[in-house]
Amino acid sequence: MAQMNRRLFLRAGAAALMGCSAAASPLLTTVTLAGGAPMLGDHRLVVVILRGGLDGLDMVQPVADPLFSTYRPGLTRTPGLPLDGIFALNARLAGLMPLWKAGELAFVHATSTPYRDKRSHFDGQDILEAGTGLDVPMPEVRDGWLNRMLQAIPGLGAETAYAVGREALPLLAGAAPVRSWVPDQRLRLSDTSRALLERVYHDDPLFHAAAMEAMDLADEMDGTGGMAEGMTRPPKARGGRQADAEALASFAAGRLQDAARIAAFSLSGWDSHGNQASSLVQSYAALEALLLRLRADLGPVWGKTAVLAMTEFGRTARENGTGGTDHGTGGAMLMAGGAIRGGRIYGDWPGLEEAALYDRRDLMPTSDVRGWAAWALHGLFGLDRSVLETAVFPGLDMGSDPRFLA
Amino acid sequence: MPDTAVIAAFRFGFGLPMVANTPQTTEEMLLSLGGPDRGRLIWPGPTPDEVLALYREAIAARRAAQGQPRKSPVRRAHNQILKAVLDQETGFLRRTLARAIDSPDPFRERLALFWHDHFTAIPRLRDQAATTASRGDHAIRPHLAGRFADMLRSAILHPAMLIGLDQVASTGPNSRTGRERGKGLNENLARELIELHTLGVGAHYSQKDVTQLAELLTGLDISGETGLSFDAARSEPGAETVLGTRYDGRGMKPILQVLDDLARRPETARHLAHKLAVHFLSDDPDPALVARMADAYLEQDTRLLPVYAELLRADAARSPRMSKARQPVEFMACALRALGLTGAEVMRMSRNPFLRMIREPMAVMGQPWEAPRGPDGWPEAPEAWISPQGLAARITWSMEVPGRLVNGGMPDARTVMDRALGPMAGPALQQAVGRAASPREGVGLVLAAPEFNRR
Repeated sequence: MAQMNRRLFLRAGAAALMGCSAAASPLLTTVTLAGGAPMLGDHRLVVVILRGGLDGLDMVQPVADPLFSTYRPGLTRTPGLPLDGIFALNARLAGLMPLWKAGELAFVHATSTPYRDKRSHFDGQDILEAGTGLDVPMPEVRDGWLNRMLQAIPGLGAETAYAVGREALPLLAGAAPVRSWVPDQRLRLSDTSRALLERVYHDDPLFHAAAMEAMDLADEMDGTGGMAEGMTRPPKARGGRQADAEALASFAAGRLQDAARIAAFSLSGWDSHGNQASSLVQSYAALEALLLRLRADLGPVWGKTAVLAMTEFGRTARENGTGGTDHGTGGAMLMAGGAIRGGRIYGDWPGLEEAALYDRRDLMPTSDVRGWAAWALHGLFGLDRSVLETAVFPGLDMGSDPRFLA
Repeated sequence: MPDTAVIAAFRFGFGLPMVANTPQTTEEMLLSLGGPDRGRLIWPGPTPDEVLALYREAIAARRAAQGQPRKSPVRRAHNQILKAVLDQETGFLRRTLARAIDSPDPFRERLALFWHDHFTAIPRLRDQAATTASRGDHAIRPHLAGRFADMLRSAILHPAMLIGLDQVASTGPNSRTGRERGKGLNENLARELIELHTLGVGAHYSQKDVTQLAELLTGLDISGETGLSFDAARSEPGAETVLGTRYDGRGMKPILQVLDDLARRPETARHLAHKLAVHFLSDDPDPALVARMADAYLEQDTRLLPVYAELLRADAARSPRMSKARQPVEFMACALRALGLTGAEVMRMSRNPFLRMIREPMAVMGQPWEAPRGPDGWPEAPEAWISPQGLAARITWSMEVPGRLVNGGMPDARTVMDRALGPMAGPALQQAVGRAASPREGVGLVLAAPEFNRR
């Protein structure tokens, strides 16, 4: 029942939006192409969903707080790289220091979705990608906030946004057309087979839509070089997680240099319950490689790009009994790109005293991760605040501008 | 219109062709489930002892190799054993496919996949891969027509789960080991046990219940000799309260009790009933049906046969409209049968062709076998599988691989269609197959068609 209310609510929001024509809003800086299709301007947004619950306190370590090493004696043996006198960056991300120094890397600390208490990955990810609040109970909403943002600007072509990877990405699912593809995937069909497949799929909308998009994309990709063989083996068979992440980034960069303005993908491997000093090595390496590859491949476009890497929740302030951390609440978000005013840590720091922790256990969230995403959409693409607070992130109060864009 | 036996074959089995003596009616299907596990009789796998023995060897070789140079004999020896572990693990996938192809009890094979996924476990080390994969044969299949309470107990206490969800590392902070070595809790298994395996995330429970259950589970351990063991020195002393019930006492007894209690909760009944209905019928099953299934479960002491009986007898079970998508593992089993391969051929296919033509393509289709993203297992929604990239992978496989799999040339496309789809093949597909430019493309069309990919 509650689910129904939420759907109706979202639909009503979208309808209201259409009614007053979002495109007519003076705050929407849409540019019309010759063909009449509006586009989003020059900025690029890359959203990375870090699945599994990234340990924000491990990535950006509050080393100036003596409680930190008391809570985490086993996890603080390797010193981090000083960022601003209070925080240090995990040494596994040392490759990102040049970005920090260039003002292209920032973090938000103690942020989270509105999700509380059950600390389930799957609910946590659902709510992160749906972009909804606590007033609208749990999952099964199929559209994600990034798709609702696209819905708010009528007339955008599917090539505006790419969901990259083999896994479903609820963040970009919804009524607005988007592209969904994976690096190296090829689909070579004779003209006859293609025509016959179209007919075979004609009456099954799910298959028809997927196949048509696959064929179009494969045609497009064929023109851009790359792997010649038909893809039946996964890239994993040809390299590790780092190579995987780089392939995603490289593919996304190619699209973003072209007509795409938005790309999203996920990076898993953050559920560090045990021995995380070693279990996270690969995950950090993949994250680092992904950002460096994006920067290298985007070239000058990097200057117009904002990357937001967010996770479903942070982890416990204290290390657990097995050299890891359990599911928590407040966490950290990573922001990168030339469009970011970097070299600083955003967000109010709640401190680590037990009374300041959420449930006396987790870092206390002091901001809503949706707020940062909303201000990014506002600043990059000119979306109106009222659209963001009703249709994209229903019920969100964006508060005052945290001014994190360059 | 296809008859009810064909509809059931697609919805609850691996479609057509039906193996000789496959049950045709609901009553026969239930009767067959109540009988011996024919899939395992046809293609038996290694015993628990054999799996444990290789695991022991692998761990010993890993210890010996630790810190030694890359090319040293001990490192090579470890790598050799890891290869054997991978082969043993791949063997479980081979048997999954071979049983699906050969067994006259296909519903059992589908249920085995369902419960294997319900109790998803992901190995921490490559050494554990075969142990993890063995949970299906050794902990789940013996109970899938019995009581869920028994399945829960044997699945949760299987090394796969104790390793995969970090239970083997969790230590009571006030236990002897906890005090002496400063070790403590790891909540991973406790949380997923409530959230995924029993009550479901929608139920009412709190962080306190999770933490208390984590304390209660401390002491569970595995030994290379016997599999499950209990380490009293790591067990948190004192009583714990989980979901309002107090558990006292030492050793395994309170742990077995809490597992039993969790299995019997009404929330668990609803969660399992809903999940089964979603898997076999549709993403939005009739709530009245789910309620009937849950009632049957609770009234009959967590027995699963009465739950399946409600599922099979539901109106939606007889609908000719197939609204779900075959997962890649099912697609693969069905495609191999459609091409005329036998289970024996799948079993004896050499290692590299099997990996290249079967296991790796499943990953490209979105299902890297035994490596789902998290402990919640594979997604259910057809949209998750029939994405542009997922469907492109199925089409590419259908067009390119069959010719390499079938000895003695490509089978006739119409023959494949009739054999694999029978009355389910729609007019558009029949026409298209007649117009295909080559047998290769004709077969590709059949395997890529919605009729072949839905159930």
